[in-house]
Amino acid sequence: MALAKRIIPCLDVENGRVVKGVNFVGIRDAGCPVEIARRYNHEGADEITFLDITATHEARDTTYKTVETIAGEVFIPLTVGGGVRTVDDIRRLLNCGADKVSINSAAIKTPDLVDNASAKYGAQCIVVAIDAKRVASPDGQLKWEIFTHGGRKATGIDALWWAEQMAARGAGELLVTSMDRDGTRDGFDLPLMKAINSRVNVPTIASGGVGNLQHLVDGVLEGGSDAVLAASIFHFGDYRIADAKRALSDAGIEVRL
Amino acid sequence: MQRIAVIDYGMGNLHSAAKALSAVAPKDEIVVTDDSALISSADRIVFPGVGAIGDCMAAIKHHGVDEILRAEWTAKPILAICVGMQALFDHSDESGGVDCLGLLGGSVNYFNRFPSVSDAGLKVPHMGWNQVKQIAHPLWDGIDDESRFYFVHSYFVQAQDKNLVVGQTEYGERCDVAVATGNVFAAQFHPEKSGRDGLKLLSNFVNWSI
Repeated sequence: MALAKRIIPCLDVENGRVVKGVNFVGIRDAGCPVEIARRYNHEGADEITFLDITATHEARDTTYKTVETIAGEVFIPLTVGGGVRTVDDIRRLLNCGADKVSINSAAIKTPDLVDNASAKYGAQCIVVAIDAKRVASPDGQLKWEIFTHGGRKATGIDALWWAEQMAARGAGELLVTSMDRDGTRDGFDLPLMKAINSRVNVPTIASGGVGNLQHLVDGVLEGGSDAVLAASIFHFGDYRIADAKRALSDAGIEVRL
Repeated sequence: MQRIAVIDYGMGNLHSAAKALSAVAPKDEIVVTDDSALISSADRIVFPGVGAIGDCMAAIKHHGVDEILRAEWTAKPILAICVGMQALFDHSDESGGVDCLGLLGGSVNYFNRFPSVSDAGLKVPHMGWNQVKQIAHPLWDGIDDESRFYFVHSYFVQAQDKNLVVGQTEYGERCDVAVATGNVFAAQFHPEKSGRDGLKLLSNFVNWSI
């Protein structure tokens, strides 16, 4: 009897459509979020992550409606992120049926938001998204820095230190994306995941770079992650969720079949 | 048609429970409410809970939910979920120590207090799909033993009367994750978020005749 490692398909949604980019740019359309969520639920996904990458406020109302529709039909956990700035944004998403809310840039701008949100709604529904990129370090050690604004803006914040901070402030889970790997299909940044998992005691989700099923296995066995997130390999039909489950299970990893 | 009341005491996301109930009981009326008259006229009660138990207990008292639960305790089917389950017991470690409703004997303990959890490097919260070892109960009908349900919690119940335990999960410690007495069934996991098996349990609850 053991806790299963989770497979999480991720929907990057822009103006009501699921899209997927490479290194956060170069967008390709992958379909309707509700239909895709329904399909992943049916195929046995353990959770669904919905990231709203829409820039305008008008389009955000579409997002709330979409989240509500998905939550009315898909009875597995739903994490929603993108553009979350205030405790009120979090409340609104939870009321639409999100089970967890992912905070990214706003946590950097106002770290207290994480403390406040966690105290108010509980750590179990507060996910902090960390977008990390490798940077040169004088002593030759591996080093990662936090980037915001879709990877365009460096913050000078060390990613490992930040992960510890966020867990201490009440994040119930960390969604760690390697900006170097995102969309490349070269696999997760395993040293990054390993380093973060050795420092925090909250569950982590590895994200960025999955190109095949072995990458998912590596994320768990080598990266030490509790969950693995992928988008393109599922959206464009390369693999089904069940294929991913089987690959993990064949590698001796506990999964929900 | 029956009425199922989901008790709303202002603690976050109760809509997922209501939506899942609507999915399994499309002909029934699902009301999300703190109105004691509406709750006592309902045929079944769902008592969910999310967040920190200190805040939950304060909200429970503020909305008079403690009185409602005491009045309905032996009257009709009640399903308590997650923090709703924890609130039924005597006392919780959370929020610096909180007295709960005391409708069931036992305590709610922090995972990290146990070396079997902390020394083993188990992550807290216990988040994700874990297996539940079942002990016969009508709400498990049609669900395989050791099926996986979705959990997300940092505190877990140790019931005093082990005869009431109908489901257990291992996470460093052995946790009492389903407890039942008479017309009451309490689950630490989230049936409304546990896919097909979770919906089956909810469907068993809405059809449960005592």
